[in-house]
Amino acid sequence: MRFIEPHAHMVSRTTDDYLSLAAAGCEAVCEPAFWAGFDRGSVEGFHDYFCQLTVHEPRRAAKFGLPHFTWLCLNPKEAEDLQLAAEVIEMIPEFLECPNVLGIGEIGLNRNSRNELKVLEQQVDLAARYRQLILVHTPHLEDKLKGTRLIIDALKSDGRIAPERVIIDHVEEHTIALALDAGFWAGMTLYPESKCTAARAIDMIEAYGPERLWMNSACDWGVSVPLAVPRAALEMRRRGHSAAEVDRMLHGNPAKFLGQSPKFKLAAD
Amino acid sequence: MVDVAAFLDRAQRAEGADEFRLKSFRAALGQLRSGGPDRARRVLLRLSDPTAKPIEAAGNQNACGAWAGSKGTKIKKKEGG
Repeated sequence: MRFIEPHAHMVSRTTDDYLSLAAAGCEAVCEPAFWAGFDRGSVEGFHDYFCQLTVHEPRRAAKFGLPHFTWLCLNPKEAEDLQLAAEVIEMIPEFLECPNVLGIGEIGLNRNSRNELKVLEQQVDLAARYRQLILVHTPHLEDKLKGTRLIIDALKSDGRIAPERVIIDHVEEHTIALALDAGFWAGMTLYPESKCTAARAIDMIEAYGPERLWMNSACDWGVSVPLAVPRAALEMRRRGHSAAEVDRMLHGNPAKFLGQSPKFKLAAD
Repeated sequence: MVDVAAFLDRAQRAEGADEFRLKSFRAALGQLRSGGPDRARRVLLRLSDPTAKPIEAAGNQNACGAWAGSKGTKIKKKEGG
């Protein structure tokens, strides 16, 4: 079974996870920039992180035969400091020419604050100016509905943004229709304790159809499962979905969205 | 289901007034017994912040599970079509 892991924070995972992913049939990992679990204190800290995403992590992945792609941004949890945000956003274009950078992400909102929204809008503008794909993080728990609405409004208000080049990630049952009805892609994140389970994700696939949907593990330094996507495939098969339908969700859909960047190439290409 | 039942038993044994999240939890539970195919969506809506304006500042980086302003508000029509 082949699959693409479209959202995994591999800097926080060990080589055991790379080995497991490769052995399970993963053909590429894609890693958005994220919150490290603490607030980075300087623009230099972000510079080092972006070097890690564009140079060192691809080398680590390559040892396991895995192409590694990345997205760059200042994440919403660090968006209250507008001065730092401005410095980081100004620095990002320096990395956009790196061969594994697919776009801007994971931008979005966290607590739905004014400064978070300002920084989101600045990064949407950055993505538009440099014609980058966008990967969006929607907030957690009680903030998700409001944040998803605010994010969609911000994206729709910028006429340069083509909805098919944006994925709204971490959707759940109360936000998936908002994303799909607006023409965006929607990602379902499979966590053991929050966000979404495989069973619920497949319920949503069955309710809304497979168009413009993907599943991801978003594995990071918290409680998460790098093999959540291939495990979800087992649930799809158990419910009677065909091998072709599984392949579409695990490989075809991510490849279709990510392939909008000319840099996205699989080893078999 | 047994985990939910055990949690409610545990909460009942605990001392002190119900925290707002427990009140929201109990209110959301009512959605499970109602008819209709979208219980999961309605539970999530019941726990969600329904307001539209950004907050002034993110004093706390973490969400907590339920909207602190929820007072058992009636759920509006289906969102997003």
